[in-house]
Amino acid sequence: MNALWSLLRRDVLLALRRPSEVLTVVFFFVVVAALFPLAVGPERTTLRMLAPGVLWVGALLASLLALNRLFEADHRDGTLEQMLLSGTPLTLLVVAKIAAHWVLCGLPLVLLVPLLGVLFDLSGDALGVLALSLLIGTPVLSCLGAIGAALTLGLRGGGVLLALLVLPLFVPVLVFGAGAVEALAAGLGSGAHLSVLMALLLLSGLFSPWACAQALRIALE
Amino acid sequence: MAQVNALGLQTRDLACARGGKTLFAGLNLSVVPGQSLHLQGDNGSGKTSLLRLLCGLSEPAAGELLWDGAPMALVRETYLREMLYLGHALALKEGLSALENLHFAAALMDQAWSIDAATAALRQMGLREREHLPLQVLSQGQKRRVALARLCLSPARLWLLDEPFVALDSAACTVLQGLMQAHVAQGGMVVFTSHQAVELSGGDNRSLRLGAP
Repeated sequence: MNALWSLLRRDVLLALRRPSEVLTVVFFFVVVAALFPLAVGPERTTLRMLAPGVLWVGALLASLLALNRLFEADHRDGTLEQMLLSGTPLTLLVVAKIAAHWVLCGLPLVLLVPLLGVLFDLSGDALGVLALSLLIGTPVLSCLGAIGAALTLGLRGGGVLLALLVLPLFVPVLVFGAGAVEALAAGLGSGAHLSVLMALLLLSGLFSPWACAQALRIALE
Repeated sequence: MAQVNALGLQTRDLACARGGKTLFAGLNLSVVPGQSLHLQGDNGSGKTSLLRLLCGLSEPAAGELLWDGAPMALVRETYLREMLYLGHALALKEGLSALENLHFAAALMDQAWSIDAATAALRQMGLREREHLPLQVLSQGQKRRVALARLCLSPARLWLLDEPFVALDSAACTVLQGLMQAHVAQGGMVVFTSHQAVELSGGDNRSLRLGAP
C-alpha cells in the first residue's frame, strides 16, 4: 500500500515540478472547446446540440495526448525494472500509475467542463450530467489507454500505433458519455447511459491493470 | 545477517539465448553467504544477461535457479525482498532530489525509511550538502553515487550489481569496494560485473569468466 501511495505521489510531484505536459493537455482541451462556438456561430440551439459531443471529443483527444509517455520515462530510466522486482505485484503498481495519469490529465478536464459548458449555453442540469459523465468516463479512457501505452512501449512511432489501438476502444465510452446529455435533453433521463459508463469503468478498472502488467513484462524481457 | 544453513543462490544447468544465439549453457554457479562473485568477459559475452536472469527480469532458456535450496518459483517473493539489483539504468528521477529518490526507492521496496540514515548514506557516498538538489544538476558520477547509496540502506542479503564502478572516480570506487567488503564480511553476497580489476580483500572472493573457449 505504501508503495502504491508513494508511486502516485511521486508521479504527481514530478508533473507539478515540470508542468508543461499537463498544461499541454489542459490547454488543448480549452482551445478546442473555445474555438467551436466561434466557428459554428452564435445560434444557441445548434450550440446546445453540439456541446456534449464537442466537449467529449475534446476530452478524449486531450487525454490521448499524454498517454504515450505514461510508462516511457520509467522504462527509460530503469524504474520499471525496479517496479518489477519490488515484491509489490506489478498489477497494483500499474493501478497507481493509471490513477496518477487520471489525476493529472483527466480530473482537470472534468473540473473545467462546468466553465466551458457556459460557452455552449448549456443548462445547469445538462452541465451537471456532462461533468458526471466525464467524471465516470475519463478514468475509463485512462485505463484503456494504459493498455495501449504498455503494448507500444519502446516502439518507434509508437504514438500513432497507440492511437490506432485505443481509439476503437474509446468509441463506446464516447457514445454513452455524450449520449447521457442528449438523453437528458430528450427527456429520457441519463440514468441508463451513466450506468453503462459505470459498468465500463468497473470492467476496465478490473481488467486493464492486469493486461498492462502482462504487456510491461513482455516489453522488459 | 548470516543465517545457519543458508545456501544462498545457486544455478543448475542455466542457459541463456539472445536473438537466437546461445550465450552460455550448462552454467552451474553457487554464491553462498560471505562470498562475492566477479563476473568477467568480453562485450556481449552475456554478463548483463546473466545478471538479469539471476534477478528474475528474464527467464532462462533452460535450467533453474535455487534460493536457499528451494526452486525460485516457490520462493520468489522472499527472494525479491532479500535481493537488490542495480542495473545500467539507475532508476533515478531527474526532477527529484537525492533524498526523494532514495525515499521512493525505499517505499517501492517496502523498506523502513529514516531520513537520518539516508542522509548518512549520502554523506558516506561523498554527497554532503547535495541531498536536496534536484538530480538534473548533479554529474553522471554523482548520480551513480546516489543510486549506490541504496546499498547502505537496503536490508538485502544479495547484491546484484551491473558495472557499479562505471563513471565513479577513484575515491568513490574505494568507498564502493569498502561497502562490498563489509557486506561480504557480514555474511552478505555480492555478484557484480566489472571490466576493471577489482581487488576485494577478506572474505571469499571468486571470479567467473564468461564466454571463455
